[in-house]
Amino acid sequence: MDWVTTLGQLMNTTLVFSTALIFAALGGIFSERSGVTNLGLEGFMMFGAFAAAVATYYAEDAGMGSAAPWIGLIAAIVLGVITSLIHAVASITFKADQTISGIVINFLAAGATLYFVKLIFDGNGETPLLTQVFNKVAIPGLSSIPIIGEGLFHNYPTTYIAIVLVFVAFYVLFKTPFGLRLRAVGEHPSAADTAGINVNRMRYIGVMISGALAALGGATVTLTTTSTFAHNTISGQGYIAIAAMIFGKWNPIGAFGAAAFFGLSQAVRTYVTLFSWSKDIPQEFIYMLPYLLTIIVLVAAVGRSAAPAALGQPYDPGKR
Amino acid sequence: MNSATPVVELKGITKRFPGVVANDSISFKLFKGEIHALLGENGAGKSTLMNIVFGLYQPDEGSIEINGEPVIIDNPNKAIDLGIGMVHQHFKLVEPFTVTENIILGMEPKKGSNLDTKTAAARIQELSEQYGLRVDPYAKIHDISVGMQQRVEILKTLYRGADILIFDEPTAVLTPQEITELMEIMRRLVAEGKSIILITHKLKEIMHISNTVTIIRRGKVIDTVKTSEASPSILAEKMVGRNVTFKVDKRAAAPGGNVLEVRDLFVKNKEGATVLNGLNLNVRAGEILGIAGVDGNGQTQLIEALTGLSKVESGSIRLNGKELANATPRQISESGIAHIPEDRHKHGLVLDFSMSENMVLETYYKEPYSKRGFLDYNAIKKQAQRLIQAFDVRTPSAETKARSLSGGNQQKAIIAREIDKNPDVLIAAQPTRGLDVGAIEFVQTQLIAQRDQGKAVLLISFELDEIINVSDRIAVIYEGQIVGEVLPEQTNDQELGLMMAGSTVAGGVRHE
Amino acid sequence: MSKILKLFSGSGAISIIAIVLGLIVGAVVMLIGGYEPLLAYKSLFSQVFGNTYDFGETLREITPLILTGFAFAFAARAGLFNIGGEGQFIVGMTAASVIGIKVHGLPIYIHAPLAVIAGGLFGGIWAALVGYLKAKRGVNEVITSIMLNWIALYLANFIVRHFLLMEGKQRSEDILPTASVSFPWLSDLMDSARIHWGMLIAVLCSVFFYYFMWKTKQGFELRAVGNNPNAAQYAGMNVGRNVVKAMFISGIFAGLAGAFQILGVFHYQSIMSGSPGTGFDGIAVGLIGMNNPFGILLGALLFGTLTYGSAGMSFGAGVPPELIRIVIGSIIFFIAAQGIVRGIIKPFYFKRKKEKVL
Repeated sequence: MDWVTTLGQLMNTTLVFSTALIFAALGGIFSERSGVTNLGLEGFMMFGAFAAAVATYYAEDAGMGSAAPWIGLIAAIVLGVITSLIHAVASITFKADQTISGIVINFLAAGATLYFVKLIFDGNGETPLLTQVFNKVAIPGLSSIPIIGEGLFHNYPTTYIAIVLVFVAFYVLFKTPFGLRLRAVGEHPSAADTAGINVNRMRYIGVMISGALAALGGATVTLTTTSTFAHNTISGQGYIAIAAMIFGKWNPIGAFGAAAFFGLSQAVRTYVTLFSWSKDIPQEFIYMLPYLLTIIVLVAAVGRSAAPAALGQPYDPGKR
Repeated sequence: MNSATPVVELKGITKRFPGVVANDSISFKLFKGEIHALLGENGAGKSTLMNIVFGLYQPDEGSIEINGEPVIIDNPNKAIDLGIGMVHQHFKLVEPFTVTENIILGMEPKKGSNLDTKTAAARIQELSEQYGLRVDPYAKIHDISVGMQQRVEILKTLYRGADILIFDEPTAVLTPQEITELMEIMRRLVAEGKSIILITHKLKEIMHISNTVTIIRRGKVIDTVKTSEASPSILAEKMVGRNVTFKVDKRAAAPGGNVLEVRDLFVKNKEGATVLNGLNLNVRAGEILGIAGVDGNGQTQLIEALTGLSKVESGSIRLNGKELANATPRQISESGIAHIPEDRHKHGLVLDFSMSENMVLETYYKEPYSKRGFLDYNAIKKQAQRLIQAFDVRTPSAETKARSLSGGNQQKAIIAREIDKNPDVLIAAQPTRGLDVGAIEFVQTQLIAQRDQGKAVLLISFELDEIINVSDRIAVIYEGQIVGEVLPEQTNDQELGLMMAGSTVAGGVRHE
Repeated sequence: MSKILKLFSGSGAISIIAIVLGLIVGAVVMLIGGYEPLLAYKSLFSQVFGNTYDFGETLREITPLILTGFAFAFAARAGLFNIGGEGQFIVGMTAASVIGIKVHGLPIYIHAPLAVIAGGLFGGIWAALVGYLKAKRGVNEVITSIMLNWIALYLANFIVRHFLLMEGKQRSEDILPTASVSFPWLSDLMDSARIHWGMLIAVLCSVFFYYFMWKTKQGFELRAVGNNPNAAQYAGMNVGRNVVKAMFISGIFAGLAGAFQILGVFHYQSIMSGSPGTGFDGIAVGLIGMNNPFGILLGALLFGTLTYGSAGMSFGAGVPPELIRIVIGSIIFFIAAQGIVRGIIKPFYFKRKKEKVL
């Protein structure tokens, strides 16, 4: 196998693994930039993966053909927004501990998705295998460039969407009035309040965008990787996305880089087995790698200073 | 509208919080082009009243009229629409944002869907020239001086087209020179047709700048008078409800030898910048050394280094000859330094602990409070009750959580605890901040009593009056160094103000 | 004891209302699915209390929850969010397995305690690592503990696969009989439900938790650090050391939970495809118990009953057992968002004694 092909494929696999993380990490950024900690990314991803599987299944049934997975994506967004309201109501309106509220989401998602899968599919713990899922699309011309052609331009539509969204998110957060307000609310809510900005409304919006994006991330797992939803479809990606967000210093571009890094460490895990020297490394250590790297990276390059100043604090106008 | 119609009229405003009536049927009129001072002690209800005008709180009773029209102001947006702007005591500025971003926040000009910062900066430039408010539109808030931050706050209100400006304790953080500049700005604003409400507890400023004064005490309006017909002593009496002199009763100091000696102290802040640049000072037994200076010149780091909360890069701190640089807070405390912290909620108390537990916060591990690793709650309670009684801390019981006490009583509790340690050096950082006159007198009397018992007292305060009245000797801190020393009876605001701004030309002695 | 009761009076009411609301949410979800909630709840309880075997097994289910609940709550009292009970639990399991399988020739009264202690100790060290990184490097404990959960999982599998494997199986060899903490006499009485000494120790741990936290000098420091680290530092306490200590003790609880699962229940360790979840469930138990040791006993009782009973629910009323996680999630939701609960019960009786502001 020549190294050009391998490199291209490694890059490609990296992006495949990164896609869900990018969506979810971007989601985390919108919530946390508004000052609401979001430990529920994992749960939102589950809801999204579940909604995508079920909606795509019924869309297939209705004969919608290749439009079916797109219906799945929309369903994921809708369910992500709806369930994000649980987190928003608890942590914004009722000033609940935001970390706990996020854990509630994870609990509810783990229970509710499987409960409804069993309810809908006659007691089966898994949705039927989808036939209409996303396929890799080669972008004409660009995909014939060596290495990056295979690496970047021969990928799932969802991956392209994720990368475009990174730049959209950056633009929205840093170049528009909406972004200025969202960040103000996360840094100094009472300053925003006295400037006539409705703090809680901005935070609701941040959390809802967060739910939508994380759910999209979950949906991409169903619609590109597993083609089905089961209890282990989402197992820890939401937490990795949180790490990517922190590692990326709450900046979409940074989070993209971090997500790609985690994607790479997962991709390496599949590619390393191709080499004979890897036989001596127990597979468990290769599995451990991304998590170990996360800790090392956090220890080496940490700084909570990049976090929004009012992160995790409910806004109480009476307190000055 | 004729000229006799007030621009703001409050009629019978009442606001209750659980357990207190913050505003009790307050009526108030502001006329166009005047500076109307609202005078009252900390906790008298001034800020509550102004937060009602600005739409942050809703009154329980009463009504508000703007230019003769009855209005309901249920959020800050409404207030802004009505032309009301507020310059908050604690600036409402987003630190990582630029000056421009802060000013336009909530009213952003757009170009397409983009923020149009260029147009905004031009408009800000225009306003800043019109009113003489120098700012750098592209600087970040955390890089500019407190004075400039305040000008940004003022510009925020002007940018929103405010005609009625509320200044909440605007001079609390300024040097005397900056105060003079602020007064100029206020005059200019009034000349341009604005009307101003000035909230303050400082009589000097009121006499200096206001046209009318309304005095509030315990939530009630006591009187409204023309400034020209008032005198500081009359105003003070109305504000406090009894005759006060604001002069502290004390005998001349009889200082002994050096107890605390600080030599060539270098300390960095959390961002890694050097904030103490070879600071030197001595405190003698039986004297109060006051440290005057503008906030942010190294006072916090000085206190933290002295108490072991910050790392000392180099230099020495000697207590009775014993080296304490980089000792732990506990070693320092046991060596005989007590510390009344600047921020009683952050450092002084564990708010969710009972008063008992707070009273032994530094001594819990010693006998009799702790025996073989177990706490003796009876002994702890006994100690707490003794201190509560001796220092007249008003609390329902020793088991009450610190959180539910008033600021003055929390401060009394901390002072009781620190003095009871019988220290050689007592460090008091901003010990009267936010307290009413009664509590202030109590605190200052305690400091002087400690001095009279031969303790060395180090007082750090941003209130120049307090420094001048309480200290026996004043050292001025500027950019991490003591730039001069003066005696309180031989100096005045102007001289201290110049030294605080870094000038050494005044009569002060350069401390080498 | 009056102080314990006082700890309950305010928050206890909230917990109870939240539990009721959670069960109601569960009922609504069942109605949506076309199930019969009353039948389901009835089947749930008859599963638990129907016979001595199931009752004993419910106790078995409850035991690790008590300990992982303590793990969460102990750290929480010191201001730390220990979401790593899962990893500490796994490390505790593995340490106990290693000692239980590999150490030969010890009498039972040394071997079993040694294996238990190893489980607790390694769980503690695993957690202390998180505390150390927070204290020394300021790394957020939530993220590191999540990462360590995964690392623990793979590390445990590695150790089982390479050192303890039973030929041809995806599990370890059995532990030696001398390492077992099973309680055969009581097990026999309960139709061989897996009763073990860990149950007693878990309950005793609540007493330790209470005394340590509220009666000792060290507990005073932990609580001070938890409530206000700045004031604790000002008062001369070593905040970093307390953070590490709190995490260490917290991890011991979780490690013990894991050790007892191996030594008292399974007697071997499987290669795991995913996390067992007991540590995460401990978070729920800690929250339901309001981080109070005695509240946690009750919280674990509730959680264990619901979980073990969910099989009966699925049996008797056809309801997928996952419903119980919705119920538990809702209970925590209502406890966290106390405003909702207060709003509901205020009109009836809730009068929280507001201490007068002076």
